[in-house]
Amino acid sequence: MNQQKNATQAESTTGASGMAAQSDVQAKVTASLKRRRRKEKIFRGVGLGSVLISLTLVLILFINIFSKGVPAFWQTSFEMDIYFDPAVITIADKPEQQPGETFADFDDRLQAWETELGFVNFNRLMTDAVAPLLPDFERSQTRFIMQMITSGEAHALRNMVMEDPSIIGETKTLRLLTSANVDVWLKGNIDRDLPDSRQQLPAVVRDWADYLYAEGHIQNRFSTALFMNPDSRSSLASAGLAGAFIGSFYMMLIVIFLAIPMGVAAAIYLEEFAPKNKITDVIEVNINNLAAVPSIIFGLLGAAVFINWFNLPMSAPVVGGLVLSLMTLPTVIIATRATLRAVPPSIRSGALGLGASKTQTVFHHVLPLAIPGILTGSILGVAQALGETAPLLLIGMKSFVASIPETPFDQSTALPVQIYLWQGNELRNFFEARTSAAIIVLLMLMMTLNGIAIWLRKKLEVRW
Amino acid sequence: MTQAQATPQLTVQARNVEVFYGDTQAIKGIDLDVRTNEVLSFIGPSGCGKSTFLRCLNRMNDTIPGCRVTGSIELDGEDIYHPSVDEVLLRARVGMVFQKPNPFPKSIYENIAYGPKLHGLVERKPDLDDVVESSLRRAGLWDEVKDRLQEPGTGLSGGQQQRLCIARTIAVSPEVILMDEPCSALDPIATGIIEELIHDLKEKFTIVIVTHNMQQAARVSDRTAFFHLGELVEVGGTDDLFTNPHNKRTEDYITGRYG
Repeated sequence: MNQQKNATQAESTTGASGMAAQSDVQAKVTASLKRRRRKEKIFRGVGLGSVLISLTLVLILFINIFSKGVPAFWQTSFEMDIYFDPAVITIADKPEQQPGETFADFDDRLQAWETELGFVNFNRLMTDAVAPLLPDFERSQTRFIMQMITSGEAHALRNMVMEDPSIIGETKTLRLLTSANVDVWLKGNIDRDLPDSRQQLPAVVRDWADYLYAEGHIQNRFSTALFMNPDSRSSLASAGLAGAFIGSFYMMLIVIFLAIPMGVAAAIYLEEFAPKNKITDVIEVNINNLAAVPSIIFGLLGAAVFINWFNLPMSAPVVGGLVLSLMTLPTVIIATRATLRAVPPSIRSGALGLGASKTQTVFHHVLPLAIPGILTGSILGVAQALGETAPLLLIGMKSFVASIPETPFDQSTALPVQIYLWQGNELRNFFEARTSAAIIVLLMLMMTLNGIAIWLRKKLEVRW
Repeated sequence: MTQAQATPQLTVQARNVEVFYGDTQAIKGIDLDVRTNEVLSFIGPSGCGKSTFLRCLNRMNDTIPGCRVTGSIELDGEDIYHPSVDEVLLRARVGMVFQKPNPFPKSIYENIAYGPKLHGLVERKPDLDDVVESSLRRAGLWDEVKDRLQEPGTGLSGGQQQRLCIARTIAVSPEVILMDEPCSALDPIATGIIEELIHDLKEKFTIVIVTHNMQQAARVSDRTAFFHLGELVEVGGTDDLFTNPHNKRTEDYITGRYG
């Protein structure tokens, strides 16, 4: 079609005298045209192919993660009436501060009371509640009951009493998580045909779990344990992301309040004020190199400088935040400089020509235009820092921490490190799903950050 | 250079001005006077140094790295390159309109109000409103934009944008207005409007205009200076220079032999 069209066009524009030469040109063009079209087609095909391949890979990744991870947000749990039996919880009244008593004395008494409470057999409360539900239960089987309930629930009951001792003697309807092994068994994440010797649970417990599940005493419910609890190794079913989340949160705060202002200020200075000479050239090259330094090197640096030299605590978000700030700094500087460079020079001339000083020009005119780009670059830098693992391993944030950090100086892990730790947990059947769930949480955070970046960019750009 | 002894009052006196970009000399020993309330146009082929010289007059060349200016340029008898002179203050006295209209991406009102606010020329909002109105009126833009002062300046047409830039410049009441090919990005109608405007502005301001368009120089300016290869070849009354050029190179240029 196209060739015909070209031919007719050529004929209509060709004069009589140039006919022979023109048709020769026409033939050559036509011949080369085929080749050019083919090249174009191949290039388009290759481009489309790479897009499709990468989309497919991403899709496979997502399907894999979501299919494994989403079920982990639901956990099997008991719903039962727990009688806080005064015969079991034999303990004095919770101490109260007496008039004239120093706080230290009161605290001593309180701690003694709490220690005593720790000796109470809270498991008994749960076995007493579960035993009547089981058919043909014999007293000798009591110890098996506790294999069905995750051990953290005993602490939960103790904490309830500690907070409000008046519940002793009352009956409360509570939801208690099953142990990880029961969860694995009921969800079918372990081969049910395996012989007893290779099963995690004794046969009697497996039968009970199936029975209780069928009777509706154990249900598969959405569980907040993953979000509300810190990591745990004794009570696997209640292991959660809260500690890692707060650790990551502290680090991101540090990155946001350290790396972004510093990076933006450095970029403004280098781009707008610094003289262009050898020294600034060296600085520029080094910043670009810094952006390419493998992140694990920043971890070594952090360990050497912040921990050994400044004596900051190991495994603390404050050190992680500082290391990640160092790592994010070049990204922020480079993004900001690129955005500043994209502001048309005519805006600068206009302001300077009116008698604005260099600083006024930058802050009144250039910076406002650069803000969307700076925000986007910064948020992407923060997102990158959020997902960074390697430097954190070297400053001790890979240790197991069973509490939620209260300050950035407390020991903590981070979300990506938690994924790494869970990925290596021995109870694969349970933690494979939990790892994927943690990945989903991290991905969601990343997507939220990137979404905010896109939204801010759109919002600030359409001002005019 | 007989103009040096002329009687009219002088606003700018440039003596032996040389400009270097690194090692390259862009301007070679120029002596030139700008008379008060005249329109002086600079013509010459591309790269002849007319814009560079223009930018010397408000020290906009300072912002270019590696640019060095020697010689003396006096504004009302004061050397503008003296270390005690603040270029920020100078640029308030010598305003500039650029080749491409460059309104700030702010409202029309803010575009005009920026300069007066920056220099603290007005203290109260009603005074500022007056400055904005009178500047826009003088730039012949008031009637077109008075109902949409809060709309972005970048939404105006090219010619309106350039008039907005002129209004922005005159809002700080400079003595001299430098115009660097102000009409090169505009259509003939917008150009005509700006040329008329230049004619009106001459009453209050001294205007130096760089143009590529010899007809424009002939239409708007009182005197014309012809630049070639970094030198000032000839300067004289516009009519005189176009009808009776003294220099062969000027004649060649205005008759279209090169450029």
